[in-house]
Amino acid sequence: MSAHHPPERDVSLRMSVLRTWLAKRLSPDALAWLDGQIAIIETGDRPLQLGVAISLAPRKIGKADLNLSREEHERGGAARYGLDATDWSTDQAARILLALASFRGDDVAFAAGLERTLATAEIGEQIALLRGLPLFPAPGLILPRAIEGVRSAMQPIFEAVAHRNPYPSEHFSDAQWNQMVVKTLFIGSRLAPIQGLDGRRNAELAKMLIDYAAERRAAGRTISPELWRCVAPLASEAEVAALVAILRDGTDAERAGAALALAECPLPSARSALASSPDFAAAVSDGRITWNTIP
Amino acid sequence: MFIDPHAHMISRTTDDYEAMAKAGVVAVIEPAFWIGQARTNVGSYKDYLSHILGFERFRAGQFGVRHYCCVGLNSKEANNEALAEGVMEILPGFATKEGVVAIGEIGYDEQTALEDKYFRLQLDLARELDLPVMIHTPHRDKKRGASRSMDVILEHKLDPSRVVIDHVNEETIQEVKDRGFWAAFSIYPHSKMTAERMVALVKGFGAERLIVDSACDWGVSDPLSVPKTAALMAEQGLAEEDVRLVTYANALAVYGKSGQMAEADWLAPPPIDQRTLYQGNTVLRGGQAPRVADIDAKLD
Repeated sequence: MSAHHPPERDVSLRMSVLRTWLAKRLSPDALAWLDGQIAIIETGDRPLQLGVAISLAPRKIGKADLNLSREEHERGGAARYGLDATDWSTDQAARILLALASFRGDDVAFAAGLERTLATAEIGEQIALLRGLPLFPAPGLILPRAIEGVRSAMQPIFEAVAHRNPYPSEHFSDAQWNQMVVKTLFIGSRLAPIQGLDGRRNAELAKMLIDYAAERRAAGRTISPELWRCVAPLASEAEVAALVAILRDGTDAERAGAALALAECPLPSARSALASSPDFAAAVSDGRITWNTIP
Repeated sequence: MFIDPHAHMISRTTDDYEAMAKAGVVAVIEPAFWIGQARTNVGSYKDYLSHILGFERFRAGQFGVRHYCCVGLNSKEANNEALAEGVMEILPGFATKEGVVAIGEIGYDEQTALEDKYFRLQLDLARELDLPVMIHTPHRDKKRGASRSMDVILEHKLDPSRVVIDHVNEETIQEVKDRGFWAAFSIYPHSKMTAERMVALVKGFGAERLIVDSACDWGVSDPLSVPKTAALMAEQGLAEEDVRLVTYANALAVYGKSGQMAEADWLAPPPIDQRTLYQGNTVLRGGQAPRVADIDAKLD
């Protein structure tokens, strides 16, 4: 994190990274339009211009994938720890850049402007701006926007906050974090793209997930193998018994999840259960199975 | 492939989306309208427009249907002056958003002075933003109301080739065509227009600038009107190309003038849309032509 710098310096560095990415990909006309909008927004003289420019971005800039090179990725990560723009598009990067241009040193004004813009944002605008959360100044003041995002019934909006985004693990309370993780499974989304998942494991979350697994089992529904990732270090003998049954009877993906969970569980019974499945034990220990390889 | 260029999907169920996708509807246009109950403040209107540009677009995409909008102040609510003033302030911000293909549906209901005022203001907005317009023609005093709408549109210097007159019938079609506008027909089970009458109109007037829509909403209406009318047209011997024009290509031609709607949106969507907004149409993915049998099965 770059919390040691004054926010103005962070913002201008982040803007320069985004603009460099876009400059390599946009036509001269599109780039000139973007620079023109940034110049207007930076003056602060036309407060409505931010919303207009954000709306117009796709038609001026297009929606091609960014497809960053490894070097470009690294530069992003250097400008903002944990930044992951893997599946961003050019219009999304441009929309985030435009929002950053509205920061004029005043955290409260920036957060209010972001709230105003999001209040009337269509779905694509919401996804872009929420992906921009880790780049924005005033991280504490924009927390309500992130919480509204994960409260959304629209999966791509939820995932704009939850996936490939360092903001939640840095700023969510335990209660907010736990709701996000459980909801991820509930809506059939993936845990693997959530940043900081292992570091934010907690007993309350494990309990919610264990209850959720029981509810699924009672209803005869499948349980995502990813669920056990947040349970493993806090599992009791009852969960170990459940994992042993899955390791014996589950699908390949379910067995892989159970093996990973048993490997991360400190109970002696978990160790011996895993050892009784030498194939899975070996696959876990040599890294052929990880939480990121489970489909 | 069909386009339903007038469908109030906010009032419809997921069964409807499933049936539409299965019947080959690849895209819908949702015009802003009266929701059956008067809105009392601009905040409700703002959230309504955000809703059709947000959650409704997401919902449609889950079923492999692309979703576009028209934004505007409808004629009924134009009679609430405080609301109307507020809506006029927020409209420009919404009209420039992605997926907005027209200003609409606007026009006259009772033909009051306030309706006239806000109709004209919105025509000017469409001209400034270079957006097509969808015109609602009144249910009562329809013929004079439609005629007056077209007079006012031309007075405000809009190009009729960018304006769709909707809810047209046998009484109004001649004037709409003669003056160069697009004529849209809402195929409704009990009112407006029926599929049988529509077949006769296409036979009589030709397919040029005629458009079929369902106008399905919260009342008794049929989200499969477009594919069903197409099936009837084919059955009654209309040329395949004429059917394609009135149930697909004409709507695309006029609303595509917004720059916000193109065939590639559903045939070759950008990867970012495929990842987020649009689950792909299973009918198209399977490479099959939509089958009329599927439509009938859903109905009976």
